[in-house]
Amino acid sequence: MTSIIPEARARDLSNDEISRYSRHLLLPEVGMEGQKRLAASRVLIVGTGGLGAPLALYLAAAGVGTIGVVDFDFVEASNLQRQIIHSTRDIDRPKTASAKDRIKGLNPGVEVVVHNTRLTSENALDIFSGYDLVADGTDNYQTRYLVNDACVLLGIPNVYGSIYQFEGQASVFYAKEGPCYRCLYPSPPPPGLVPSCAEGGVLGVLPGIVGTIQACEAIKLIVGGAESLIGRLLLFDAWNMKFRELRIERDPNCPICGASPTIRGLIDYEQFCGIGLPSDEAPIETITAVELKERIDRGDRLQLIDIREPHERAIVKFPGAKYIPLGQMARRVDEFDPSADAVFLCKIGQRSVFAIRALRDSGYEGRLINLKDGVNAWARDVDKSLPQY
Amino acid sequence: MPVTIQIPTALRVFTDRKSEVQAKGAIIAEAIADFAASYPDIKQHLYDEGGTLRSFINIYLGDTNIKNLGGLDTPLKDGDILMLVPAIAGGSNP
Repeated sequence: MTSIIPEARARDLSNDEISRYSRHLLLPEVGMEGQKRLAASRVLIVGTGGLGAPLALYLAAAGVGTIGVVDFDFVEASNLQRQIIHSTRDIDRPKTASAKDRIKGLNPGVEVVVHNTRLTSENALDIFSGYDLVADGTDNYQTRYLVNDACVLLGIPNVYGSIYQFEGQASVFYAKEGPCYRCLYPSPPPPGLVPSCAEGGVLGVLPGIVGTIQACEAIKLIVGGAESLIGRLLLFDAWNMKFRELRIERDPNCPICGASPTIRGLIDYEQFCGIGLPSDEAPIETITAVELKERIDRGDRLQLIDIREPHERAIVKFPGAKYIPLGQMARRVDEFDPSADAVFLCKIGQRSVFAIRALRDSGYEGRLINLKDGVNAWARDVDKSLPQY
Repeated sequence: MPVTIQIPTALRVFTDRKSEVQAKGAIIAEAIADFAASYPDIKQHLYDEGGTLRSFINIYLGDTNIKNLGGLDTPLKDGDILMLVPAIAGGSNP
């Protein structure tokens, strides 16, 4: 497709820049015209985590003129297994500050605009305005729908990448030329159904590959002339090293980019994603790690149910717990004793909620209690000799 | 018709970690229902309270989204491969 940067905006290159970008200039597909467009381009990266790290580094190296970074988070030790834009010495620094330093170190000619804030419906259109494209490196459904909708409303492309464990997805959602994210996924999964990377884990190199694919797509949209991922969903399976491509069609009934849109401004995405909504579900009883320790010490008759996967139990074992993986609750309901309280344990107390729901749905009538903040809370508050993971 | 359903990582916790399962059905709706009957723990994730298939999962028959075929009524033939493609959101730690 043609470049998203009009020729009139292309910026002349200095001799130093010509030397720096020589390997691009030698490609007829990029050449002086493409590099001048890159120099004039403005790209916003939402999230400076696993996907944002390679995105920012490769776009900076490629000579994108202005790179905006949005994040509100601070660097933690557990980020460094994959977020290669941050270093050990950056722990506890704002991610945007650390990202800016690395981008400037790599290419001082890039102007870096820091948006050290959480992206919201109130600020998204202001932040996005003036950028030529947005690269989505976020980690939750609310922000993904927000990024999509803001891009559709502003008429700019959304270079999409997403990861889970060993699998990645990439595409370019650009309503002027093809489908948007809502055409593919009209609504998100119920909250918590697809575990986050913090619970499900992620192969560190996976966001490196998917984020690099996003960087490639962003550069192609700016340079022009290439075949973009518009209308195609690229699936990547790192464990089996397989790529697959699926077609995505525009949905004529899409509520934001269809023929008669019903969404004409940004909405409440927490509500859209079902977060914090009142529901008719009976509340789930919780117990803190300290309270659980007191009940165990008192000799209360309890069924401690560890729903974690075998490889997680190899990290930290929970003394006296019975193992029933999350995916087997409904079919193993007969192993529970309704006369004794059942306490459910997972890593951080989120997946265990699903175990409790699954047992309720299968008709179990005993008392079901969730260990608040999971085994990590036990390691933090009760048995400090255990690691948190 | 015996068909194969390819299971994405995000849902394998409900299929004993299997990446492919076999199911039977003359149309896609029947094959998905047969699959859900074999792995009851996946039911609440595939279907909403009203029994409608959740829209965060796309189903592909070959390379084509079944939305662009006959939807869940699309007929199946022996050996067809269905792929479940759920929305995933991961980027970095929340």
